[in-house]
Amino acid sequence: MAQAQTKQTALEARLSGMTMPDGRAWATEARANALARLRQMGLPAARDEYWRFTKPDDLVAQDPVRAATIDTGDERPVFDAINRLKVVFVDGVFDAGQSDDLSETGLEIARLSTATASDIHWARDLYGQREAAGQDPVDRPLAALNTAFASDGLVIRATGKAARPVNLIYLHQADTSDAILHHLVRVEPGAELTILENGPAAARFNKCMEIDVAPGGSFHHVRAQGRDHERRCVSHMFARVGAGARYKSFTLTANGILTRNEHVIEIAGDGAIAHVAGAALGDGASADFHHDDTVFVTHDAVDCESRQVFKKVLRNGARGVFQGKILVKPGAQKTDGYQISQALLLDDDSTFQAKPELEIYADDVACSHGSTTGAIDEEALFYLRSRGVPPAEATDLLVLAFVAEAIDEIDDEALREDILSRLTRWLERRRQV
Amino acid sequence: MLEIKDLAVKLEEEDKQILRGVDLSIEAGKVHAIMGPNGSGKSTLSYVLSGRDGYEVTGGSATLDGEDLLEMEAEERAAAGLFLAFQYPVEIPGVGNMTFLRTAVNAQRRARGEEEISAGDFLKEIRAKAKALKIDADMLKRPVNVGFSGGEKKRNEILQMAMLEPKMCILDETDSGLDVDAMKLVSEGVNALRDQGRGFLVITHYQRLLDHIKPDVVHIMAAGRIVKSGGPELALEVEQNGYAAFEGEAA
Repeated sequence: MAQAQTKQTALEARLSGMTMPDGRAWATEARANALARLRQMGLPAARDEYWRFTKPDDLVAQDPVRAATIDTGDERPVFDAINRLKVVFVDGVFDAGQSDDLSETGLEIARLSTATASDIHWARDLYGQREAAGQDPVDRPLAALNTAFASDGLVIRATGKAARPVNLIYLHQADTSDAILHHLVRVEPGAELTILENGPAAARFNKCMEIDVAPGGSFHHVRAQGRDHERRCVSHMFARVGAGARYKSFTLTANGILTRNEHVIEIAGDGAIAHVAGAALGDGASADFHHDDTVFVTHDAVDCESRQVFKKVLRNGARGVFQGKILVKPGAQKTDGYQISQALLLDDDSTFQAKPELEIYADDVACSHGSTTGAIDEEALFYLRSRGVPPAEATDLLVLAFVAEAIDEIDDEALREDILSRLTRWLERRRQV
Repeated sequence: MLEIKDLAVKLEEEDKQILRGVDLSIEAGKVHAIMGPNGSGKSTLSYVLSGRDGYEVTGGSATLDGEDLLEMEAEERAAAGLFLAFQYPVEIPGVGNMTFLRTAVNAQRRARGEEEISAGDFLKEIRAKAKALKIDADMLKRPVNVGFSGGEKKRNEILQMAMLEPKMCILDETDSGLDVDAMKLVSEGVNALRDQGRGFLVITHYQRLLDHIKPDVVHIMAAGRIVKSGGPELALEVEQNGYAAFEGEAA
């Protein structure tokens, strides 16, 4: 009981001073329902099984920890060379001045506040719905908090093949900003959409994206988290993937004191495909590094494929966490499920904790999972050195080889090269230190 | 070119002496062969010269063109012109063969203060050299040695040698795991590299490789020493009589 009481007190402290944004009755109701869910669950605490490897303290505290903004000088931002539609948020607030015109062929884009003040049917049917469904069987209180209080965000509907990606750029200017963003994405039957995300966002960032990929639709997501070393971030991707639809998500994470990225994916239609991948590079030398990938994929249809590919490269006391589950529901026959989580520890101080899970209620499925933790292969290192490659360069080459399987999950070559160049730069910067 | 004097080596972790005073002098343009039974120290000699961890030099010296090899890191030895063709080439998943070779060529060039090779020149050169070794485009693209057959791995070693153009080449049991055709191909690759400026040390169990790569000098190694040196006829003697006679000389 003491635990429940503590949780209640913590929740009230967190909620004090927070106000729910105005909107139409449907939006207010969705937010109220989310708040009710949150009150029932309480905020995550260290003793919660789902938070065993990641301390939620900084994410649930009343105020965010101050985070320095980063001046990257004249460094070219990621995705800069990609032809994309830019949508900029500064400390969690949409900035029309820095954003492109939101009218785009094949897309309907609006600000969340606009959507909740009107009756956009698809948005009404989606807001808080995927998140609510994703609360079973595991509580995700920070997502419910997000639905209840998100002050900004974007609603994007793809009605055809989008000509270029939509790039959500999160700028960080105030060192105590506390941003809660909620995006809705609907990909109509046969439509295609790519969403790119990058930028530090805020001192503390809680981001939720609900995605509905209709039958035959295709959704790609590439995200880069980095250069904001003092980041404290929790993100949720809640997706529903219809028959014959594709969902592919990749995240590159470099540094960050605390990052928890959750994916909750329901494969709902026959012949659907869902891939989630991530490469995280952590160096605990200048600041703590803690990165947590938590993934829950539910197969609820026949002849579907899912892949989870997560790679972490850790040094100087960096910590990596992977919690991944494949749930195959009764009747989800011919499921092809794959999950791999691997860590490359570059020293003895770094740690990786993994909790891979399979839960299968169908008898004609092929599911595999694996998790490994290892050091640089000394044989390979010597082989490279014997050919004249210095140890630092040889190690980088082996690191790139290690994360390749995750990077290869990015279908688009230009995006893949861009992400790869980020990775290479990160390694090069570390080499100079 | 390669001067080894009274080289004594033990295992780092164990109190086990492997080399007990090896003397060897290889001149530019010459091919020397070392033959010997298992455990005689042949492979250890190649590892110690290339700078592998796990060995402790307890005496003697090894120089390449007057430079102290034993003081150098493995990559410095490579840049100085030493090349070891591995008995068991290492598989490196995720690193493309081409990337690997270009990284190596450029690292050596940088170490020598030379300009890096352009992508175009590199491609032209590697295609020509790969063709001679019957290495197809697919093998160049695949991860280093991953899924390669025994013969493909050894041909890949020779390709690396051809691209890196070392002064001193050590071939550690390059014939092991090769069928007759593969051995011929590998030998042709090696012979194509023979020239006045380059020395070779060919380590092998069997005389058969030396039918293809004709040595100028043959050494017999036993129990950590070179116990006999002579012309190519020495290899034939081993072929007929085995190593037993020489092991007696080591004791």
